[in-house]
Amino acid sequence: MAPILEIQGLYKNYGSTEILKDINVSIDAGDFLVLVGPSGCGKSTLLNCIAGLEPISGGTLSIGGQDMTHVSPKDRDIAMVFQSYALYPTMSVAKNITFGMKVRGVDQQTQDAKLKKVAEQLQIDQLLHRRPGQLSGGQRQRVAMGRALVRDPKLFLFDEPLSNLDAKLRVEMRTEIKALHQNLGATMVYVTHDQIEAMTLATKIVVMKGGVVQQIGTPAEIYNRPANMFVADFMGSPAMNLIPAKAVKNGSGNTIEIEDKTGKPIVLKDTSGRDLPNNVVIGVRPEDISEPGARNGKAQQEADFLVDIVEPAGADTYVVTSLGGRQVTARLHAETTAQPGQHQTLAFDMAKVSYFDPDTGLRLN
Amino acid sequence: MTDAVYSEARSQGQITRLVLRWLLYLLLFVFALFYLAPLFVMVTTSLKSLEEIRTGDLISLPRQVTFDAWRTAWASACTGIQCEGVRPYFWNSVLIAVPAVLISTLLGAINGYVVAQWRFPGANIFFALMLFGCFIPFQVVLLPMARMLGLMGIAGTIPGLIFVHVIYGLGFTTLFFRNYYVTIPAELTKAAKVDGAGFFRIFWSIFLPLSLPIIVVTVIWQFTQIWNDFLFGVSFSQAGTQPITVALNNIVNSTTGVKEYNVDMAAAIIAGLPTLLVYVVAGKYFIRGLTAGSVKG
Repeated sequence: MAPILEIQGLYKNYGSTEILKDINVSIDAGDFLVLVGPSGCGKSTLLNCIAGLEPISGGTLSIGGQDMTHVSPKDRDIAMVFQSYALYPTMSVAKNITFGMKVRGVDQQTQDAKLKKVAEQLQIDQLLHRRPGQLSGGQRQRVAMGRALVRDPKLFLFDEPLSNLDAKLRVEMRTEIKALHQNLGATMVYVTHDQIEAMTLATKIVVMKGGVVQQIGTPAEIYNRPANMFVADFMGSPAMNLIPAKAVKNGSGNTIEIEDKTGKPIVLKDTSGRDLPNNVVIGVRPEDISEPGARNGKAQQEADFLVDIVEPAGADTYVVTSLGGRQVTARLHAETTAQPGQHQTLAFDMAKVSYFDPDTGLRLN
Repeated sequence: MTDAVYSEARSQGQITRLVLRWLLYLLLFVFALFYLAPLFVMVTTSLKSLEEIRTGDLISLPRQVTFDAWRTAWASACTGIQCEGVRPYFWNSVLIAVPAVLISTLLGAINGYVVAQWRFPGANIFFALMLFGCFIPFQVVLLPMARMLGLMGIAGTIPGLIFVHVIYGLGFTTLFFRNYYVTIPAELTKAAKVDGAGFFRIFWSIFLPLSLPIIVVTVIWQFTQIWNDFLFGVSFSQAGTQPITVALNNIVNSTTGVKEYNVDMAAAIIAGLPTLLVYVVAGKYFIRGLTAGSVKG
């Protein structure tokens, strides 16, 4: 089956400024694609290009197997939810939802039936006669979703739909969007700057920076095997620890030496079996540094650390220490006995370590 | 001890504030009287007989109220050789002002909508030139406009005057609507585009219903400008198409013999009433915050 959305070699320029460079993405029916990156990375522009709201400067774009590169938004069989909701202020909720059908000349009976179905699905039946101005933020969000759902399009587009909600509501709506995706089996493209939203919602993530795709993969791939130091640092909270180190050839494998402020380097054994350059940056997730025996990783290696700061976070306790001149965070049990200023033995899960080239930032293993 | 001192200081402050407040009211009252005085003189003079005007005081109330002057001004005062009062000219003004206001407001709305929401290459220059049009003095365009009207074959006609006022008003109406529409988030247009609506559908269904406050402002502005216009009216009209401002001038300036102040005053009030009416009626529809809460939480 042809992919629902296929973007090939897409470029977007404003004058002489390149906003998007050589974007290649394709997704299948039922996929939930999340475009994530810091602000100004071009993710919203890419979404607008997919919607046809921004003309593209180069490359091709097809939706549902048909070339849509120069097709106007209304003929792309898409629906979009905007960050500001963009509800029509002078129309009632019902009129907002049925506006698209009215424009397309759908008969009144079908309109009413679809409106009823969507209103029940999103639990907004009691709000149908109100104006957008009389709704709360969460209710507006639902109406905006309703306006998209009622269209039953090939492709749903979401432009940071949750970023105007307060923290609690955001988590609720996130779950609801995920449930909606599962129940409908719809194909969605979702833009966010929030890497947790990206991880929880996506079946496929595109990490972008400066108009260039950094990595495309499943949430697990992105999280466990980041393609470069930017992705490693951007995805995950607290961020992956990136520690400068020296790799020393030692028979068939490598020994990794990390400078410690005690003067005596910490020595770990590499299990990747790759050739490594002399200077590397090793990337370790905070949860891959733990108390000995707390986790049963394949390649636990222990070392002694001086604890700088202890941050209890309820479920976990973060312990901050210093290695190779960088702050390093470890995620320990809530019941840990670690105390600031004292030594603590911690275990690295070397099987999960990433190696990066310090100059290019690219992944080595 | 300290409490007493404190409350005394406070009550003194209150008294000072009260005195200042009343001084302010007094000042405002005096200004209001000052500005209303001419209207008072106009109304009372128009209700007096000529005899009473000659013998009486300018600011005294009429001893005997008579509407003769109003009747004369409306139906039989002489403007040059014709003696039909201001009535035909009043209707000329209505025939000029109403279509000119409607057309210039509608075109201004569409212009503003394009400049604010459908950015095209050169949109800024287009808008700057429109704005420039607002600052061209009337006198500069008189001759070229006369030539244009002649070429178009509508010189001296009411459609000709409507045309002149629409053209001259476009700069202002575009400015008003553009400034109003730039505050409406672009996402609204985008959402409507995705919903399948086109250029005019978005304008009629989404933008125009949002525009009541700015329509009211524009209508008041345009109506006042066009109704009160004298220069275009006197330059581009001929016998039979003159607006009321020109007729008023003729009544006042072309009488010979006794000056009928009461008729002049009545005619002037008649000429001024429609703009007054527009302010009173339209002012009620200044609805603020119509769009409040349409976007963002």
